[in-house]
Amino acid sequence: MLGRSANGVFWMFRYLERAENTARLLDAGFRMALTRGVNAARDEWRSVLVTIGQDAGFATTGADYAGPAVTNYILRDRDNPGSVLQMIEAARTNARAVRTALTREVWEATNESWMGLRDLLSRPAREANLGDVLAAIRRQATLVRGAMDGTMLRNEIFNFARIGTFIERADNTARILDVKYYVLLPSLAWVGSSLDNAQWDTVLRSVAGDRAYRWLNAGSMDPRGIAQFLILDGRFPRSLAFCYEKLRSNMGSLAREYGGETAAHGLLRDAAARIDQTGIDTIVEHGLHQFIGEFIAGNQRIADAIAADYRFVD
Amino acid sequence: MNPAAFSSYDEMHDSQGAVRAAYSGYCGWLDEQETGWLRRQNEAAEGFFRKTGITFNVYGDDAAEERLIPFDVVPRVITASEWRKLTRGIEQRVRALNAFLHDLYHRREIVRAGRLPERLLKDNEAFLPQMAGFTPPGGVYTHIVGIDLVRTGPDEFMVLEDNARTPSGVSYMLENRETMMAMFPELFTKVPVRPVSDYPRRLARSLAACAPPAATGRPVVAVLTPGIYNSAYFEHAFLADQMGAELVEGSDLRVVDGRIAMRTTRGYQPIDVIYRRVDDEYLDPLSFNPASTLGVAGIMDVYRAGGITIANAPGTGISDDKAIYSFMPEIVEFYTGEKPLLQNVPTWRCSEAESLKYVLDNLKDLVVKEVHGSGGYGMLIGPTSSKGELAAFEKKLRARPENYIAQPTLSLSTVPIFTKAGLAPRHVDLRPFVLVSPTGIDITPGGLTRVALKKGSLVVNSSQGGGTKDTWVLED
Repeated sequence: MLGRSANGVFWMFRYLERAENTARLLDAGFRMALTRGVNAARDEWRSVLVTIGQDAGFATTGADYAGPAVTNYILRDRDNPGSVLQMIEAARTNARAVRTALTREVWEATNESWMGLRDLLSRPAREANLGDVLAAIRRQATLVRGAMDGTMLRNEIFNFARIGTFIERADNTARILDVKYYVLLPSLAWVGSSLDNAQWDTVLRSVAGDRAYRWLNAGSMDPRGIAQFLILDGRFPRSLAFCYEKLRSNMGSLAREYGGETAAHGLLRDAAARIDQTGIDTIVEHGLHQFIGEFIAGNQRIADAIAADYRFVD
Repeated sequence: MNPAAFSSYDEMHDSQGAVRAAYSGYCGWLDEQETGWLRRQNEAAEGFFRKTGITFNVYGDDAAEERLIPFDVVPRVITASEWRKLTRGIEQRVRALNAFLHDLYHRREIVRAGRLPERLLKDNEAFLPQMAGFTPPGGVYTHIVGIDLVRTGPDEFMVLEDNARTPSGVSYMLENRETMMAMFPELFTKVPVRPVSDYPRRLARSLAACAPPAATGRPVVAVLTPGIYNSAYFEHAFLADQMGAELVEGSDLRVVDGRIAMRTTRGYQPIDVIYRRVDDEYLDPLSFNPASTLGVAGIMDVYRAGGITIANAPGTGISDDKAIYSFMPEIVEFYTGEKPLLQNVPTWRCSEAESLKYVLDNLKDLVVKEVHGSGGYGMLIGPTSSKGELAAFEKKLRARPENYIAQPTLSLSTVPIFTKAGLAPRHVDLRPFVLVSPTGIDITPGGLTRVALKKGSLVVNSSQGGGTKDTWVLED
């Protein structure tokens, strides 16, 4: 396939994944704002913006860190290049550019997502319908994924799409952890306070992991357990371990299809081994923040290596 | 002459209002349908197209980056015997076009024989000196041709234009049919319509049959597009997809070891046949427009050395030039030795003093077109123009008469469209698509019917508010 098409498919799925994760993050922030006081909500909205790297951009609007302003900035602000609307548009533009690499179903699901969300986001979202808007974004992502799963040939195109998805998802989960790492550190003063519980709950909700975590831990919640769950639990589809297991599998298929590995395979193997071989105690003792920071940088290096190895650009 | 006073030939109903034979199957079905349901289907048609992403971009219109060409649910029907006659005429014409192009770029027998004035070639920008003395692989110049036909009576089809550069619209032929079959499946069990869906396969086969000498093994075909912002991008992607060919842009290509190669994830790989949807001018910055980034530097050298087939061949545009068009009857006769089966629309060449005088005297009754123009831009339709528009055009005409040709305002045939008030006749034209390869000429039974949606309007161009219809060729 063309290097440009591989690049297009890779980024199409990165954008779709990022849009979906941004919606989850907003969902969690929204819930925090509903159940906690104004001050906690303001902190929460700020941390949502920091997580997706839009704090500086939002600050230039001069608006208050309140629900409607933040959600609309993230969802649909024309001046925000990272808004969900622009991400869906970017995903669709990439899909158009690689139209021949996609099945009709995948293209139509992507195109319809864009048409639907463009209509939905043509007006500011109000608190009353924010839930519907966020649900629609998640639903559209599910549609594309389903069309993908049901109709795409399992070849290089599929693998590049999946690699884009999991590079992005690992990055997004890591960023949530990075911004919230202090919440997950053992702190004598706060342990068991209701604010802690709410913060932990928010972290889990932002990655749609609250229910799974509760089910696994029978209602008890502790920061170390949450960190372990999000980083190391290979059963949870948004954990770093899960994403890297999938990356290894898709990169492995590519290697088989191409009859050999590239530099990116080596980087990935090393990074995956670090996750496999490091226990949660070591991670917490040596610094969760540092671990996550290194992970994000390493994830980026793998993405760059894939782009270079498979000639995404000239 | 007032266009409203024309009595146009209606393809569905005769002058007594009775349904013609071609439409008896369709109208029989139509009479059984409920009007409200039909109206809803007509409105739903747009949804089909939006979903599929069949849009076109209008140049110079920022607000509407992607627009739909309106689709009308009433098909345009051609009988088997009408089609047989048409295809014979089209085949003859396309054979002549290819022979003409070969002659133009070689010995120019037609000029020597005094049948075509040399000046038409000398100052013609569509004539490419780079093609002189070179014969494309398989001797084929126009791999894909779209012949624009208009109908003025029961047996009168005339050629309005030969599109020999990069005819577009074939994706509408295919998607219009898909849409009709999705909306009215039972209709196709009642009326025997010849399928068009294997056009992409035929195109792929036809292109592969023109592989260059350097090709080894199964020919690799690619579609070259200017990119996603081109007005016909959807069609480029659609055709590549349907053919199983790569859709490439100029930035994907470069010359490697005397071949045109595309940057794949495994490195550069040679292409054998390139179906380019990029104009000659932008094809090679080394040979033509040096600022172009849409083409491939050096492709003309590779081409002349037998390393690639370019479809259509560069320099074919000269044959659909409107000044050349007026000589088509002579051209057909010269190369085929036969009388043309399809007539031209009578054409006045404004470069000739006598014709110019006639055109100026009758401007308000004529259609005047730019010799090198296309897409309905820069033309004058006398009968519907104001005095001011006529005067302004007259000035342009006097300043550069050689830049214009004129034709009578034809009373194009009509086919009804579905309107709120029921069926209403509108003017149509027809573009069948013709594939040429060393093994023969292949015409898909169908084509693109364009329809002027405005009552009385004769302009069918999609850029000027025209729509499309599904075109049915009936089985014998």
